[in-house]
Amino acid sequence: MPVRIETNGEVVTAYLEGELDHHSAKAIREEVDMAIFKDSPTLLVLDFRDITFMDSSGIGLIMGRYRVMSGLGGEVHVANPSPQIAKVMKLSGLDRLAQINPAMKGSKAQ
Amino acid sequence: MNVVNEMKLDILSRSANESFARVAVAAFVAQLDPTIEEISDIKTAVSEAVTNCIVHGYAEKLGRIYITVRLTDTGAVQIKIRDAGCGISNIKQAMEPLFTTAGGERAGLGFAVMQSFMDKVSVRSKVGSGTTVTLTKHLALRVKANG
Ligand SMILES: Nc1ncnc2c1ncn2[C@@H]1O[C@H](COP(=O)(O)OP(=O)(O)OP(=O)(O)O)[C@@H](O)[C@H]1O
Ligand SMILES: [Mg+2]
Repeated sequence: MPVRIETNGEVVTAYLEGELDHHSAKAIREEVDMAIFKDSPTLLVLDFRDITFMDSSGIGLIMGRYRVMSGLGGEVHVANPSPQIAKVMKLSGLDRLAQINPAMKGSKAQ
Repeated sequence: MNVVNEMKLDILSRSANESFARVAVAAFVAQLDPTIEEISDIKTAVSEAVTNCIVHGYAEKLGRIYITVRLTDTGAVQIKIRDAGCGISNIKQAMEPLFTTAGGERAGLGFAVMQSFMDKVSVRSKVGSGTTVTLTKHLALRVKANG
């Protein structure tokens, strides 16, 4: 399973796993959208701590979830991207759409 | 500047090969002792170019993707990624950030990522016969302990 979902109804947190590229994006998208449509949360947190690689397919995935959440009047936060992933995100100007919370120094991925 | 090593890959345009291609190229480049950041830049750029062959060049039909990697004695890495797919009619427009011909969830940022992560990106393409993307990066050559 590429995604582990935690939810309290208001906040859905999706812990993504593995490599996020065109090949893996579809399965991840389906699982995250299923959780969104089930709960209609006000906040979607995409947690990248266990994503080891991401390219522009990941940017498309985040922007797509931003559109879905905007439609529900909600927000998207991105948590714990690695330096490689933060670099791709920065280039995309994604920080204007979604709050990005970088991994805290010294904090360990579980 | 002499080519000191070279490898070629010939793979089907299966999306499972996106990961294979970037990992294989990274493993070959590893002999130049790149930094972690250099390797992840190269993997990301290769992933973009190979994905474009699959998604656009062959539009999810099956074709072949040809990858050639050359290493030079000055620490340059040159990666050619070629498909025999549909080709690009307007290369300049295709390379503009946010430009995409695919609907759905493509961001139109693949070329922007390649350009920012590599030192040089050149594109040759002919409608109906295919596209070749050449990515070049100069690695900061570090003096090895044993010379
Ligand atoms: N190998 C190719 N064959 C045919 N067309 C291509 C090829 N590579 C790129 N293109 C064209 O160039 C456009 C821009 O490519 P780019 O990678 O920048 O964005 P994208 O693939 O559309 O989106 P993203 O890479 O962000 O998912 C594509 O939409 C496509 O029209
Ligand atoms: Mg692309």
